[in-house]
Amino acid sequence: MFLTSTDQSLLNGDRGPAAQMAMRILVTMARVYGAERLLDIESAHIDGCLYHGDSGIDFAQKLVDGGAQTAVPTTLNVGAIDLLHPEHFQGTAVQAEKASRLMALYQKMGCQPVWTCAPYQTTQRPSFGQQIAWAESNAIVFANSVLGARTNRYGDFIDICAAITGRAPDVGLHRTENRRGQIVFHLQKIPDRLLEEDVLYPVLGYLIGRRSVSKTPVIVGLPSTAAEDQLKALGAAAASSGAVALFHAVGVTPEAPTLDAALQQRPAEQEITITLEDLKNERTHLSTVPDGKISVVALGSPHFSLDEFAQLRPLVQAHPPQTEFIVCTHRLVLAALQQRGWLKEFKELGVDIVVDTCVVVTPIVKARSGVLMTNSGKFAHYSPGNIGFQVVFGSLEECVRSAAAGRVWRDQTLWEE
Amino acid sequence: MSHVFEVTTLVDGQAEGMSLVLDEPLSLWGGLDPHSGRIIDQRHPQMGEVVSGRVLILPSGKGSSSASSILLEAVRENTAPAAIVTAEMDGILALGAVVAQEIYGKAPAVVVLSGADYKTVCKLAETKINVTISNDQLTINC
Repeated sequence: MFLTSTDQSLLNGDRGPAAQMAMRILVTMARVYGAERLLDIESAHIDGCLYHGDSGIDFAQKLVDGGAQTAVPTTLNVGAIDLLHPEHFQGTAVQAEKASRLMALYQKMGCQPVWTCAPYQTTQRPSFGQQIAWAESNAIVFANSVLGARTNRYGDFIDICAAITGRAPDVGLHRTENRRGQIVFHLQKIPDRLLEEDVLYPVLGYLIGRRSVSKTPVIVGLPSTAAEDQLKALGAAAASSGAVALFHAVGVTPEAPTLDAALQQRPAEQEITITLEDLKNERTHLSTVPDGKISVVALGSPHFSLDEFAQLRPLVQAHPPQTEFIVCTHRLVLAALQQRGWLKEFKELGVDIVVDTCVVVTPIVKARSGVLMTNSGKFAHYSPGNIGFQVVFGSLEECVRSAAAGRVWRDQTLWEE
Repeated sequence: MSHVFEVTTLVDGQAEGMSLVLDEPLSLWGGLDPHSGRIIDQRHPQMGEVVSGRVLILPSGKGSSSASSILLEAVRENTAPAAIVTAEMDGILALGAVVAQEIYGKAPAVVVLSGADYKTVCKLAETKINVTISNDQLTINC
């Protein structure tokens, strides 16, 4: 493998023991992946700040003790505790202390404490073609697909090694030839009205993720007006049911002006037609129990944007929740809500707003068990395994009106032809 | 009797121990309890087996990148396998072992066998065997 003189100097320990260890891990992994060299990255996003066990603290502590500092702008994903509202945390005091200790260690290395799984909706928004090293499955798929930045699926440990060295193995999605679409999904006779509904996107994403596994899907038939938050929901669902790190949507995403461009002028490996019936079936896969009583509504995976709060506001004004109602978001959106006077309003209406973390990675939901309703494909996927809740999936309006009624309310026209 | 196989080493190391052959891929995240070293995936055929100190022979890892964290946690708790032999290149398992070596100064060796050799090894492992990994070679004594 070719190493530059800077790589070599890091490896020799010229920038201290932490940078040396980070480079050593990176070089070993680059060899495992068969990379011939490393490349420069322009930003990093770190997932390792979420507490899973004491070994995560040992690793971060060793880096901090060795003088680790990030070499590129680096943002932090969610931690296991809402540092602004620690009262939301339902776990033990020991867990809370370890969760915040780990978060503090990553801050010490110079990472920006945005604590969000939607860093692309903060100030750190990569531009087209930028090489980056991002962790967090939904952020990875958004950066690659919607922004046209280039990252592999990074995860715990290697993410911070890339941030400290400013380098990543030159393999996989960092390289143009590996960004080619492989499986084409044709949307067939999906009603125009449904194509504009937010609820379509996580359902479509979930289906595509399941059918693509780790191949790169191309979607034909989405409207060019598809909103950023809709593509965010699609990607997050696809990265939950499958290992999708990049999707193309013809006429929508930047590397897919045409189908041919998305396929890089090569034939598709597989073509799949998606009908309204397929989508309706997929929607039922997202729920684990039939419609009935619900215990909690949770929104905001990925973290809710200001636009999404603007959609939520009139709905909860008309139908104030009578059931536990949690929305996860990040601090910039929280500040914007405060500025508009909306934060107080939401609180008075019974909406709990959580920042820095989310309900499927840490104990927040007050109800101990039962049914969680959500409009998020990612929450629907992870709630049963991670926090032991059964799940009902629905549109934003269905979630709000169900929370008001205490049992599932359905908009019967939503999925009609 | 002794059999020797050429392997590709992802993480260096010497190991010796009883083998444990898994019939299906295992995701360590949600599949291995790092405190007990026991396989806890309800759907896995080797559910309930303990991997600690064994030479773990599995077709491949799968699933979340958090598998690296579970392997690191298992090393911390002294419940990790002595070595991991797999039929597919697995960056996530390799990463967990590489970081364990850095942080705790010990780690399972991780090696990849070719598909044909992997099948042979699985057959040999049906009896009690002792396995040694060293210098890109896997030696099986049975």
